[in-house]
Amino acid sequence: MLRFALRQIGRFALLMVLVSMATFALVSAAPIDPLQANVGQAALLGMSEEKRAALASYWGAGTPPLERYLNWAGALLQGDLGMSLRYNAPVADVIASRAANTLALMAVAWAVSGVLGFALGVLAGVRQGSWADRLVRGYCFVLASMPTFWVGLVLLVVLGVGLGWFPIGFSAPIGTLSADVTFADALRHMALPALTLSLVGVANIALHTRAKTVDVMASSYVRFARARGESEAAIVRRHVLRNVALPFTTLQFAQIAEIFGGSVLVEEVFSYPGLGQAAVTAGLGGDVALLAGIALCSAALVFGGNLVANLLYGAIDPRMRANARSVRKASVGSVRGARKEARHG
Amino acid sequence: MAESMQKTRPAHEGTAHRSGEHHHHHNHAATSRHVGDHHLLQVEDLCVSFMRYDDAGGRFFAAGRRQAPVLDRLSLAVHAGEVVAVVGASGAGKSMLADCLLGLFDPHATVAGRIWFDGTEQTAESLAALRGRSIALVPQSVAALDPLMRVGRQVQGAASFQERTTRKARQEALFERYGLGPETAQLYPHELSGGMARRVLLCCALMGSPQLVIADEPTVGLDLELAVSALSDLRAFADEGGGVMLITHDIELALRVADRVAVFRDGTVVEETAVASFASPELLQTPYARALWHALPEHGFEAREAASC
Repeated sequence: MLRFALRQIGRFALLMVLVSMATFALVSAAPIDPLQANVGQAALLGMSEEKRAALASYWGAGTPPLERYLNWAGALLQGDLGMSLRYNAPVADVIASRAANTLALMAVAWAVSGVLGFALGVLAGVRQGSWADRLVRGYCFVLASMPTFWVGLVLLVVLGVGLGWFPIGFSAPIGTLSADVTFADALRHMALPALTLSLVGVANIALHTRAKTVDVMASSYVRFARARGESEAAIVRRHVLRNVALPFTTLQFAQIAEIFGGSVLVEEVFSYPGLGQAAVTAGLGGDVALLAGIALCSAALVFGGNLVANLLYGAIDPRMRANARSVRKASVGSVRGARKEARHG
Repeated sequence: MAESMQKTRPAHEGTAHRSGEHHHHHNHAATSRHVGDHHLLQVEDLCVSFMRYDDAGGRFFAAGRRQAPVLDRLSLAVHAGEVVAVVGASGAGKSMLADCLLGLFDPHATVAGRIWFDGTEQTAESLAALRGRSIALVPQSVAALDPLMRVGRQVQGAASFQERTTRKARQEALFERYGLGPETAQLYPHELSGGMARRVLLCCALMGSPQLVIADEPTVGLDLELAVSALSDLRAFADEGGGVMLITHDIELALRVADRVAVFRDGTVVEETAVASFASPELLQTPYARALWHALPEHGFEAREAASC
């Protein structure tokens, strides 16, 4: 157990180092002049030489990438994520103010796509070849072949602009003080982005769940359950749900990465002020500290999701649990088993 | 599914048979009894076929279709109190016979023929209603058990809330009888030894107190000692008045435990006779059964000995 924990911590640390290094390397290699990107072409031309030099040193344009990385990493080890140059605030504050929006959006999309995807996948798999199966598969194939941002645009045009049911963007009504924003407002503004992410997420989950359900329905244990006179409902309840839940759990937690990736696009489409949008801003503006901070947060989130999936898998599947125990019990068990065989053989 | 099981009873059903007589395509063994003046199970002219594309012409889009039979006019009977071994090569369609008797018809198959169980002619629906109750299957291996469900609950099977206690009691009684300790109920299928798994599978079949047990290759993958103990459990079930259809490709083991042997070949039973007929090839009616007799290892040995004398 201790070894497992240590190994996970080691992996996590390595992941953080690699992700931050990759972020710095990519930003350094990007052909973006931070001055030009952030100050603007016209303002930059009208600026005095001293002012330009001062800004360049503020943005760290002259510092070699490795030195910048080491400075940043040293500060990080002391708990300082650095300053966001773009928002002129500590990176931790920028992330904290936006994480709530993104996490709420992701949680809703994650739960909806999981529940709906599982239900539709099992339904389609159990009734393989029926009209319900065809409907689910048709929906999934259509949705899976559409880019997330495009689905977002269509929903925006139809439900937001055309029918006017939902606001067309942002996380709160325009012109309202943040103190006056009600919970209902927040929900209404989150609805379209969450709907987009859910609709797209359902397709992936449902198709995988369906494939696994079809396998289980064709398995010899379902065939035997049928031969024992178990009804179709009992078979689904006793055998199918249980055996499909296992791969579904892994899929559902791995889905966190997909949903985070989708949220970047969706936040951009709906101008929703979350981490994804901040990441795009940081990337285009050469704000390496903020970008690295967000990259670390999202990598941690995905790592956490996969870790939970692994732990749950072990908790649900008796075969996985047994592997850990069998090493200890092997000798005792085989002796006992042999004695029992001798008695009844 | 084209199901054409006629409702009429044949003239000879329901009348008493004289023992030892050749009737209904079979010979009796000493233990064969007609409880209630009929066979426990009687199958007549069972045909199962699938529509196949004919690849003979070599034309892909205009290939002709034909009915490819898996079971072809198969007739077979099981009496109460006996073990009938259905012996034939693997892949000859023996499992298809088991599926038919359990009412598990492939939706693409064309099925014809008549099946009586306990004196009543059956339809696909009535067979489906009998499975797990009067007719039970002992499957081949532990793969037939749900890997994620504890053995005890699995043997108890699906039960309504009211039934649950009685089924639990029955499961515990069966485990006790077959020498499975109470802790076995808490195990998962992968934790069972080969011998335990086999007895658990038998307990599954016996939960519904069946009259007929169909054992589909119950000895595959077992060493000789375990295989013999598996068969003696089936023998005991028959001795208590039940009927056993033992589907196997192992004729030597079948001859040890069975009362009668049905020789299965090309989707049909070519000869259905008492085990005693395998004492000498003259007692066997068909060339295939005689060839089978000569193929037995001990007879190869005897033949050589006879030649040297």
